[in-house]
Amino acid sequence: MRFRAKAPLGVWGLMNNILQLVWLIPVLPLLGFLINGLGRKQVSKTMAGVIGSGTVFLSFLISVFVFFSVKSGNSQVVHYFHFININALNIGFDFQIDQLSSIFLLIITGVGLLIHVYSTAYMHDEEPKDFAKYFAYLNLFVFSMLLLVMGGNFVIMFIGWEGVGLCSYLLIGFWFKNTNYNIAAKKAFVMNRIGDLGFLLAVFWLIAKLGTADYHSVFANVASLSTSDITGITLLLFVGAMGKSAQIPLYTWLPDAMAGPTPVSALIHAATMVTAGIYMIARSNVLYTMAPLTQSIVAVVGLSTAILAATIALKQNDIKKVLAYSTVSQLGYMFLALGVGAYTGAVFHVMTHAFFKALLFLGAGSVIHAMSGEQDIRNMGGLKKYMSITHITFLLACLAIAGMPPFSGFFSKDEILAAAFAKNPLLWAVGVGGALMTAFYMFRLYAMTFLGKFRGTHEQEHHLHESPKAITIPLIILAILSVVGGLIGIPEIFMHGGHQLEAFLAPVFAQSNAIAVKHHLSHSTEYLLMGISVSLALIALVYAWRKFSKYQKTDTEETGLGKLMENKWYVDELYDAIIVKPVQTIANYFSSIVEKKGIDGFVNGIGKAVNYSSRHIRLIQSGQVGTYVLLMVLGILILFIIQLFL
Amino acid sequence: MDPQNIWISFPELLVWFPLVAGLVAFALKSDKAVKNWSILASLITLAIAIVSLVFSNPEKYFYLNNVSYFWLKYLGSNFSLGLDGMGHMLTLLTALSFPIIFIATNKTTYRNSNVFYGLMLLTQAGLMGVFSAMDVLVFYFFWELAVIPVYFLCSRWGGEKRIQATFKFFVYTFTGSLLMLVGIIYVYLQTSPSAFSDHSFSLHAFYNVNLIVGDQLWLFWLFFIAFAIKMPIFPFHTWQPDTYEQAPTATTMVLSGIMVKMGVFAVIRWVLPVFPDAVSKFDNMVIGLSVIGMIYASLIAIKQDDLKRFVAYSSIAHIGLMCASIFTNSELGLQGVMIQMFSHGINIIGMWIVVDIIEKQTGSRKISELGGIAHKAPVLTILLVVIALANIALPLTNAFVGEFMMFSGLFKFNMVYTAIALISIILAAVYTLNMVQKVFYGEANSLIENMHDISLRQKMILGVLVVFIFFFGIYPQPIFDLTKDTVEAIFTKIN
Amino acid sequence: MRGLGRQNYMEIKWYIGLAVALFCTGIVGVLTRRNSIIIFMCIELMLNAVNLLLVAFSKMHAATALGLSNPNIVSDAQIFVFFIMVVAAAEVSVGLAIIVMLYRNTRSVDVNFLNRLKN
Repeated sequence: MRFRAKAPLGVWGLMNNILQLVWLIPVLPLLGFLINGLGRKQVSKTMAGVIGSGTVFLSFLISVFVFFSVKSGNSQVVHYFHFININALNIGFDFQIDQLSSIFLLIITGVGLLIHVYSTAYMHDEEPKDFAKYFAYLNLFVFSMLLLVMGGNFVIMFIGWEGVGLCSYLLIGFWFKNTNYNIAAKKAFVMNRIGDLGFLLAVFWLIAKLGTADYHSVFANVASLSTSDITGITLLLFVGAMGKSAQIPLYTWLPDAMAGPTPVSALIHAATMVTAGIYMIARSNVLYTMAPLTQSIVAVVGLSTAILAATIALKQNDIKKVLAYSTVSQLGYMFLALGVGAYTGAVFHVMTHAFFKALLFLGAGSVIHAMSGEQDIRNMGGLKKYMSITHITFLLACLAIAGMPPFSGFFSKDEILAAAFAKNPLLWAVGVGGALMTAFYMFRLYAMTFLGKFRGTHEQEHHLHESPKAITIPLIILAILSVVGGLIGIPEIFMHGGHQLEAFLAPVFAQSNAIAVKHHLSHSTEYLLMGISVSLALIALVYAWRKFSKYQKTDTEETGLGKLMENKWYVDELYDAIIVKPVQTIANYFSSIVEKKGIDGFVNGIGKAVNYSSRHIRLIQSGQVGTYVLLMVLGILILFIIQLFL
Repeated sequence: MDPQNIWISFPELLVWFPLVAGLVAFALKSDKAVKNWSILASLITLAIAIVSLVFSNPEKYFYLNNVSYFWLKYLGSNFSLGLDGMGHMLTLLTALSFPIIFIATNKTTYRNSNVFYGLMLLTQAGLMGVFSAMDVLVFYFFWELAVIPVYFLCSRWGGEKRIQATFKFFVYTFTGSLLMLVGIIYVYLQTSPSAFSDHSFSLHAFYNVNLIVGDQLWLFWLFFIAFAIKMPIFPFHTWQPDTYEQAPTATTMVLSGIMVKMGVFAVIRWVLPVFPDAVSKFDNMVIGLSVIGMIYASLIAIKQDDLKRFVAYSSIAHIGLMCASIFTNSELGLQGVMIQMFSHGINIIGMWIVVDIIEKQTGSRKISELGGIAHKAPVLTILLVVIALANIALPLTNAFVGEFMMFSGLFKFNMVYTAIALISIILAAVYTLNMVQKVFYGEANSLIENMHDISLRQKMILGVLVVFIFFFGIYPQPIFDLTKDTVEAIFTKIN
Repeated sequence: MRGLGRQNYMEIKWYIGLAVALFCTGIVGVLTRRNSIIIFMCIELMLNAVNLLLVAFSKMHAATALGLSNPNIVSDAQIFVFFIMVVAAAEVSVGLAIIVMLYRNTRSVDVNFLNRLKN
């Protein structure tokens, strides 16, 4: 992961050709999926774990080589075959290997590998075939995510985009006997689909205007699009990002998604999948830079999400729910960064967030594992002395997410806030408020879990233990990354040329940077901003630490604002009332009234009318000769009248 | 290559072979023999279709794929059959579906099974004829030949309310057919003289007929309503759920897998090129109807409790999209329709097979009564989930390619329609996942107690379908290459 | 016809009037009476009303067509009428035979009694 690392000379030859092998990166996990999925009855648990982790490990190795190859200037688009090739449209199965995708490749395969290893221990109680199924799904997820990131056009990205949604659905509903989990899974899928609708519309728009969906031709021809086109496209793409990356108003699926196994939450719902939206916007940065309106909307939505989720996180008692809302909140920061044009900052935060949030989730998983499935932090406390590795790594992650220097979160968050200030000081002020809350709820979580006295049952206390190596080693690795990960993006004011990430990513954002107007902050302003945000966060941290390390269980109900926050501002209920219920009502109305009585009634009505009239007209045929003659005469008369007068 | 030297050509073989096979099936006595015979016959038909595909190159093998005899000489109607790209694709779909259907429903017992299978094979012959007809009278003849056996199949082997359902189906389709006949005769009277008569029924004559715009406007509806009923699109659809529900499952598969494609096919072959002015005039109206139908059917599908009706309504929603994109006047949309015709056939037959398995094993089709099948039949569940996901057009399944292109074509036509139509893909996710969740997940109940996983035969059949789903989801190009000539020919004709 | 002078020939309207009167009498008889013999007679009346018209029109058209030279010219229609009367006589004999058979079978000639066509 270190940028200066020199590969051994013998490897150079391979590295030059490594781009020939990039197809292996997604195909290997796919292979793992197929083996584990099709042979889930045959493979043993060890086998399943080895196949699952092994394939991701190989992908990781190739990704590392690819990364160095890209770093030495080898970025390119690799074309494999035509996906859709007709006169009007040509979409190739292409992989784009450049700075941005190589960074994401490392994050996905790297963090993915750790989580695979972690899972071998965490999921050990499952039956062999479920265990194999779990790894199959996890591999499928890695495959889809890699496809999303590597795709050389919007269509291939969309394939991965939907694919990760599917895997998220499958993994949230992994324990499918539980109906609530299934409902959560369904909710995640449907909300993602709403976002996908926006994404698709944007792609159609691009195809309609430019006749292509390839990144390079889209970005090269961006000048031929009108402003309204660009604004429309970027807004629709952002709708896609809202769904996938859990922004207002489509964020409610993410906390529910915590129904899945904890490593899944770490991988999919914290480190990788939810950052797909950020990746997509960073990828299409040229479009966004040319649409200032969209940028402002992105920034405002991102910031509001960050604040809203943070307020909810303040009052949650489920360890995973707190982390889920904190994820939503951090994603909000990333969108804020994108909105103010700090693309590097967003990618930087994706990276550091992947480290510390994966670590937090895995730590939480370790705690849940030790507590035999208990997730309520009111029943925890004092775990410090039972599980020291989990405790220390968790603390480091908390410091990182709270933005304490010199942990990784500090650098990335500071970069975002500085960029926000340059755009509009108000954004910065609100953002700092969010950072303050972040520090508060993270240390509330930390203190209630690890400090104070144990508040659970005796049985649980007896059972408390540190987790096995397969769990702690990934924790340690992630902890190291969380601590030092920020060093690749040291701000200019501390060290000249310290921001290696920015230098590395420069080619990707070059086109945007050429267009965008850059505001440069003076060094003193930057120091001041940093000082304010760090000291505020520190105050919140200390306050939370002091207050919650002595936490005692009480039965008092929350009131007022607290109650609102505890119940997540009743957003779920609101959606239920304004969307789900009306749709159900309309569906009911259509199926029972319009369909049965309306259309079908009309059709059957014709049949009935024929039946009815023939039953009555039949009576005219009385068999009386007189009647027939009378009718005949009448008929003749009528003909006469028609003939004479009409 | 001289046409005279070819003793028989592919379209003819594709039509006559199932017809003769069907007649033979009538004569067979034993149940087992007739089943084996039908499977064998349908496999031979499949082989013919595949071989004909090898000879699909229109420049090289033109005469192998086109025949013409004098039929009603002095009326100007020739018995001419021919296969272009679209014809090849749809005859292949027909040829492929029948063995799958026969094998999948092999364990079902029917009264007078010789008649049942005989009628099924006659239907196949009719379908082949419809897809290869190059003369409008021949087309009409086969159109009816394909439908008439279905009336008998539904009314003799259907469910409890089969008579009502069949009657409705009959009245609907027959009304449509008669309207079309009136239209055909009118257009015929406007055609230019042919060798032996004053007018001509040939495809060529119809494509070159000079119709004034005023005539096109009403003729369009005569034809379109006939085809709209067959597809069906809103609001001509109410026969479909009833018929699907009541018909024996094998017939339902034919109806939904292939016969609805007849409508789509017929619009592309007989409406677009013959009435181009009317098409461009009514495109908004038809697309509007289709889009309304998509949303409407999707909403109703949410509320269905019977699995068969559920599939029926989801099918209406999909067909609505196909119908809409035919009228978008875009190559993208029309190519999308082509591949989607194939994909939809594969996917929906898969859905029916799963529904049939569930009904056979549990005796119920009610979504509310079922639950937890995944515990008892994991393989079935996995296959169903794949097919269901294909049904909601997840990427890398075959339906995605088609829907992506169709929506893309629709977008070029009108953005608002596309946005509204896209809502149906959200609704599709809602109802499909609802169904999967209620029927397959959750706790197993007493109905499911005796359920067991599917047999090897069923696994293989569904496996074949799943292979098709993924193959054309990842590499759809063969179908584009096959149907390209049709699409190009139509656009040359229209513009 | 006008050219021929009113004093020598009856105008056509009188023939028409008579025929209509006979025809209407026939219709009314058919409609109101129940005795099949009387109905039969009324039908004959109607037939003959039409015959009369035929003769009258024939005479008129013949005179017009051939001009004034030969006012006593015999038109073809009068032959037709004889033919019709012969055929009608045959028809009457068949009809009456049917009525006789009806009477033998049912002891009635009331048409309302004969509603077996129904059902």
